[in-house]
Amino acid sequence: MIEGMDKVVREHRFFSGLGEDVIQLVAGCARNVRFDAGKYLYHEGDPADEFFLIRHGRVALEVASPGRAAVTFQTEPEGDVVGLSWLIPPYRWAYDARALDLVRAIGIDAKCLRGKCESDHDFGYAMMMRFVPVLVERLQAAQLQVLDVYGTTR
Amino acid sequence: MSTAQRADVEVATPASNALAGSVADPMLPVITRVARVRREGADIWTLEIKPAAGFDFLPGQFNMLYALGVGEAAISISGDPAERGRLIHTIRAVGRVSEALTRLKPGDPIGVRGPYGRGWPLDKAAGADVVIIAGGLGLAPLRPAIYRFFAERPRIGRFVLLVGMRQPEEILFQQELERWRRRLDIDLQVTVDHAGGDWRGSVGVVTTLIPRAAFDPAHTIAFICGPEVMMRFSIAGLAALGVPASAMYVSMERNMKCAIGLCGHCQFGTTFICRDGPVFAYDQLRPIFSLREI
Amino acid sequence: MASDLVPRGARDQSMSSASGERAILSRDGLQALIETLARRGYRVVGPTLRDQAIVFDDIQGVGDLPAGWTDVQDGGAYRIQRRADDALFGYAVGPHSWKKFLHPSRLRLWRAERNGDDVVVHRDPEPTTPFAFIGARSCDLRAIGIQDRVFLGGPHVDPHYQARRQSAFIVATNCGEAGGTCFCVSMGTGPRAGSGFDIALTELLDERGHVFLADVGTERGGEVLTEIPHDAAGHDHVAAADNLIARTAANMGRLMRTDDIHSLLLGNLEHPRWDDVAGRCLTCGNCTMVCPTCFCTSVEDTSDLDGGAERSRRWDSCFTEDFSYLHGGSVRQSARSRYRQWMTHKLATWIDQFGSSGCVGCGRCITWCPVGIDITEEVRAIREQPAASEATT
Repeated sequence: MIEGMDKVVREHRFFSGLGEDVIQLVAGCARNVRFDAGKYLYHEGDPADEFFLIRHGRVALEVASPGRAAVTFQTEPEGDVVGLSWLIPPYRWAYDARALDLVRAIGIDAKCLRGKCESDHDFGYAMMMRFVPVLVERLQAAQLQVLDVYGTTR
Repeated sequence: MSTAQRADVEVATPASNALAGSVADPMLPVITRVARVRREGADIWTLEIKPAAGFDFLPGQFNMLYALGVGEAAISISGDPAERGRLIHTIRAVGRVSEALTRLKPGDPIGVRGPYGRGWPLDKAAGADVVIIAGGLGLAPLRPAIYRFFAERPRIGRFVLLVGMRQPEEILFQQELERWRRRLDIDLQVTVDHAGGDWRGSVGVVTTLIPRAAFDPAHTIAFICGPEVMMRFSIAGLAALGVPASAMYVSMERNMKCAIGLCGHCQFGTTFICRDGPVFAYDQLRPIFSLREI
Repeated sequence: MASDLVPRGARDQSMSSASGERAILSRDGLQALIETLARRGYRVVGPTLRDQAIVFDDIQGVGDLPAGWTDVQDGGAYRIQRRADDALFGYAVGPHSWKKFLHPSRLRLWRAERNGDDVVVHRDPEPTTPFAFIGARSCDLRAIGIQDRVFLGGPHVDPHYQARRQSAFIVATNCGEAGGTCFCVSMGTGPRAGSGFDIALTELLDERGHVFLADVGTERGGEVLTEIPHDAAGHDHVAAADNLIARTAANMGRLMRTDDIHSLLLGNLEHPRWDDVAGRCLTCGNCTMVCPTCFCTSVEDTSDLDGGAERSRRWDSCFTEDFSYLHGGSVRQSARSRYRQWMTHKLATWIDQFGSSGCVGCGRCITWCPVGIDITEEVRAIREQPAASEATT
């Protein structure tokens, strides 16, 4: 483990309340990363090898299509997780993630974490109970977005 | 509405509102003049009219505005109640009447009946944190309340304003929001449903702003206005944090014809929105709020 | 919430009227009553036969009343039928109610004139000829009282209703026949007229003759009575009238239990019965047109070539698709939601808004529904078919 990573992981709000042994396992897959404003954390289609927990700054999730400017459909603030496609095969990013500000984050090796979940199911359950609520909330918010409630119906 | 009319105000009064032996007719419009019309967005306009002397309103109330020969529409009053000489409305041109209202020019005659309805319960906010959640055009009927809270800032605790709009180009009152955001006495967050590359603000539905806002759910009063779907989800977001149903207020909308509780169109459950609303405490509406077609 | 669910009618079933005065009128006396009212400047309206129905219209005398006719009513069915006698009021209620006169179906509210740059709004004067209603049934009197509460009892008074109502002279009739769809007893609104009349008549037609027991309800009524020939009423007249009214009360065509109706309906807003009735309801709105308490209206704004404008008001119905129109669509799109709205308003939320039921048990909605939907049956079906319990969180 990178020295001091357990402290960084323990202090991040996403992991608050987790037991020390869980923290140690997570920290073993973790490192510090930094992205300058405007830089991409990952691109659509890239292997979802590393996901991020934002410590400072904001990240915009975008979709690009030819001939159109990229559309941002979600911004993630400090404290949130960026990247969930590492949870399911084929483990590839579904969209682009771009740093809006200077971003400092915890980068977590997805293969490492998946491996630990597989070999220690209690740890795996603890991880799923952290990530599944994020999935549910994002899905609910996305459904609301799709309704385009502020648009006029004619 | 006050019926006192001073001679120096050019407001044409009905020839004989109170006929001998009969009561005043609440369906007679007071004819006044358009003062200013300004486009706010693609189909949203600000319409300022000359108020009758003594006209006063409470934040959350609305007027029935009459475009001569076309019809009336219920329009929220969106200006500052402290600015007595100005009467400001925000209109979305979505139908025959609202389009006719937005095509009026300064100096044109316009009919007014009002103000009607129960407004935002500002008095309930004393000593509490105030959370205002506005979606789209819902910011318009909330704006008078926001002005009042700024004017009486020490009376309340924290002041949170969460604003959701469709996209950056459609942010209502954008310059004003920018000015407010720079103030130190309000926590203002604006988010859009989606954005192009230039937008450096939040993207995501307004409910995603709720968990991050700083307020004490046990001592908060919340005012919510916007499309009904957005209000339902905002209520759920606040309730999940422990804000009681009795502390959340919404502004409802239904078809209106008379605005005086006599035509039946605006009925909503046990209430008439023109008379018992449009502002309601959520606990009063909870039994029917999520029912379809009620 | 409901302030008093004890039907007012139940308290009014005492035998004496407000003033206590009684008299006996002959047929000629009734004719004299109508003529006296006309002479005093009233526009006299009452039941008359037209187009195979008993409707309300201007009448000149007893000759215009449907003597010897009765009506046969059932769900979706109305026809007139000859009686064996010459009773003048031997029928129930027809498609008209007194709201036809007090709350006209079409009314201009005002007109606006353009004078150069100015616009002046002119209100139309209210009619100066007061109405005299002949033959108002107890259910319809209660309906008038309910509309009084709507139009006169709120923060905004309807001046058009008020002008017509405050001057109306009412001659009531206690029903000697129960209609096929009547349920005034269930609603506590009849068959005896307890109050709200100037004079109430009970028609007594037997081997002794054809007379009317007149009960005076107001000073004005007593004053008019002094101008027409009449005799003293005897105990036997009063007893005969009581018997007749009791017999009517015992022969109601329908029944509706009302003690639990508010919570029953508002606690079953997703009951499957609404789907059932939606399969039958045509949303034609007949029920709202014939109902004596339905009051919904819409406004129409028009302009003319001189730059002037007009606003008028007309009856509207919550059964129309446009009624709840809002930003590009109607809130109540399905027939299910519209029927539910009408019935729950009439029987339940009306109580929250106006302190009493909106239904007087006249049965018109049952008779004039083209498919015979019966409001009493719908209530019974919901009560007897407990749906899966509804969470009212």
